[in-house]
Amino acid sequence: MKTFLTKYLRPAVVLTLILTIVTGFLYPGVVTGIAQLIFPYQANGSLVKASNGTVIGSDLIGQYWTKPGYFHGRPSVTVNPSTGTPEPYAADNSTASNSGPTNAAFIQTVQQRVAALKKENPNAPAGPVPVDLVTASASGLDPDISIAGAMYQVPRIASERGLSHDVVAKLVTDHETGRFLGIFGEPYVNVLDLNLALDACAALPSSC
Amino acid sequence: MPVTLNSVLQVLIFMVIILLLTKPVGLYLYKVFNGERTWLSPVLVPVERFFYRLSGISEEDEQKWTGYMVSVLIFSVVGMLLLYLLERTQQWQRTFFNPQGLPNVEPQLAFNTAASFTTNTNWQSYTGEQTMSYLTQMAGLAFHQFVSAAVGIALAVALVRGLARRSAQHLGSFWVDLVRCTLYILLPVCIVGALVFVSQGMIQNFNAYTVVHTLNGQTQTIAQGPVASMEIIKDLGTNGGGFFNVNAAHPFENPNALTGLLIILCEITLGAGLFYMFGKWVGNTRQGWVLWIVSAILFVIGVFIVIPAEQAGNPLLASAGANQVVNATQSGGNMEGKEVRFGITISSLQEVTTTATSTGTVMSFHDSYTPIGGLVLISNMALGEIIFGGVGAGLYSMLMFAIIGVFIAGLMVGRTPEYLGKKIERKEIMMAVLALLVSPLVILGFSSIAIALPAGQAGLTTGAGNLGPHGLSDILYAFTSTNANNGSAFAGLNGNNPFYNWTLGFAMLIGRFAEVIPLLALGGALVKKRVVPAGLGTFPTTGALWVALLIGVILIVGALTYFPAYSLGPIIEQLFMHAGKVF
Repeated sequence: MKTFLTKYLRPAVVLTLILTIVTGFLYPGVVTGIAQLIFPYQANGSLVKASNGTVIGSDLIGQYWTKPGYFHGRPSVTVNPSTGTPEPYAADNSTASNSGPTNAAFIQTVQQRVAALKKENPNAPAGPVPVDLVTASASGLDPDISIAGAMYQVPRIASERGLSHDVVAKLVTDHETGRFLGIFGEPYVNVLDLNLALDACAALPSSC
Repeated sequence: MPVTLNSVLQVLIFMVIILLLTKPVGLYLYKVFNGERTWLSPVLVPVERFFYRLSGISEEDEQKWTGYMVSVLIFSVVGMLLLYLLERTQQWQRTFFNPQGLPNVEPQLAFNTAASFTTNTNWQSYTGEQTMSYLTQMAGLAFHQFVSAAVGIALAVALVRGLARRSAQHLGSFWVDLVRCTLYILLPVCIVGALVFVSQGMIQNFNAYTVVHTLNGQTQTIAQGPVASMEIIKDLGTNGGGFFNVNAAHPFENPNALTGLLIILCEITLGAGLFYMFGKWVGNTRQGWVLWIVSAILFVIGVFIVIPAEQAGNPLLASAGANQVVNATQSGGNMEGKEVRFGITISSLQEVTTTATSTGTVMSFHDSYTPIGGLVLISNMALGEIIFGGVGAGLYSMLMFAIIGVFIAGLMVGRTPEYLGKKIERKEIMMAVLALLVSPLVILGFSSIAIALPAGQAGLTTGAGNLGPHGLSDILYAFTSTNANNGSAFAGLNGNNPFYNWTLGFAMLIGRFAEVIPLLALGGALVKKRVVPAGLGTFPTTGALWVALLIGVILIVGALTYFPAYSLGPIIEQLFMHAGKVF
């Protein structure tokens, strides 16, 4: 019994406590301190402020865009954490659909999304729509859409904002983020950045 | 051809980086576990000694396999209790450590989560940002992400000592291996890595959730927390338990392609390095490289099944009117449950890595993969996660297969099998087979029970409602992932109910410890053996023949065990999908 206490129980308890202090408190504490000092913008969520100083979102977190004059993001199946009712882009309750590829309800949902998207964008090219605009993202908070997904919406935005097709299309290409080192990941457009630029452009058409 | 040149290039560069990292990482591991001086020694040796003094242990006091095993078990029990305690006392952690005022975790969920993080599984039946306080996340969960990784590596090191030492008794000191692994290997990488992650946009704070007013006129509540410090150890320690519900698909937990790539590298590098460490330790690095090559072959095969399957997409989405064709303006493919910034290639590479290495981190949702894509992911886990594998667990599980492999080769030529000069006899084979047989028993046994009981079926209907063959896949995946201590999920299955919290919790505990005990017994038996010089009848365990034999053993054992179940799940679903049938 004495051997058990000294050889096993004492080191187990003492090392659990020491390593909890080191890896559970000191380590995250030090990292937080340095991060807040060197990278305060990133460490606090890349929050974007309007010109009047109010926070209008995070550059990294997608938002639920519904107005026809804005570029829209991807479908999101997040729910409100308190009520449990659907609330797209609930950024305190991230989730994916987890629908299997042969889930009947899922395929039906995609058919409805395609129909709704075509109705919203009557002047978009006919035929199949970009897949990212009708499938739910992994996080439910995807801040980005593909270039194809943005271009598909250009005719709608142009007519809603009274801008020319070419001006809006140029906004999209100007806001394209390429692959890392030209190789890794996929090109995309950040919807919030694009919509902020769109607002600026609509306010002062000569600027774009 | 659904694989683009860019896809091939991304995978190829990734493999080259792993190849280049293997030797330096392996050498460093070798030095640390042999107590040799490293560049961190001047700082860490005094710290290490201080820890030993406080815990009343001596550095030189090595343990036999039984002592090593008891230490692992006691340490795991203590840690599991501590985590359970933290989860159950959240309401008293306000306000700094629990600014959202999250309530205490329910007992059965707290048990499941404590078992999950203690066993390096990181199965999560909860939504992190709505369930766990900052204190539970960092001092409870992330602590286990460090030490359960260190335990895994320590176990592998003990087995390697068993193979390398001759006519000896001891396998090393668990306490020393645990402390050295944490201080010399995990912590330094984590401090640097976490800051790199923050620089890319990962968050690291103790703020309450931020409420913003969007241009579109809504309010949005944005979760916050100490994410980056947890993210790095979650990947490096092949843990996989995310801060947020959607894990590394969350933009705050994985903001861009660079962090994505670094995360995948973290998941695989220590496992690759451990193969080299093993070769170095037994005096022939080729013995380690050969296991590396077996892993790399199986890995690349998996990647190039998943990428084309996901890139070709889901024919049902195509007939619904979605354009899945890849071109310069979109990655296309099966984008349900995937993020635009990662597209098909990084998502697929990550999910193959996470299941091969026992990590369980996800950047895209496995349940929404095409059936064939999902089949690769579940098979990676069912094969025992030997494809580079979980930290430590990958090496020791691969060595079990190697022992079975030389045994089969020995049967074919009619001689007593040897591995690294040690005769493999009745006891060794018994222990290796025992460790291998536990998994199918747990996976297929528990899955059958779940399918037969209403409580098990309810997990499907109260979840995402994936029925038909995919429902079977959901259940099989859950028990495969927990038994293999992976932690990823076909998350359409609702696992947060008493039936699954208990059964999956036990699957995790059995999966970890029913392998640990035969493994250490094997180490204990091997360490006593003399080394016999290689003779004419010795089967060489370094050449191409050995690579082919080992791959054959791994695939045949895996395929024979699980093929019947898979044919009713993912395989038949793939056929139904192409026939346009939904459930």
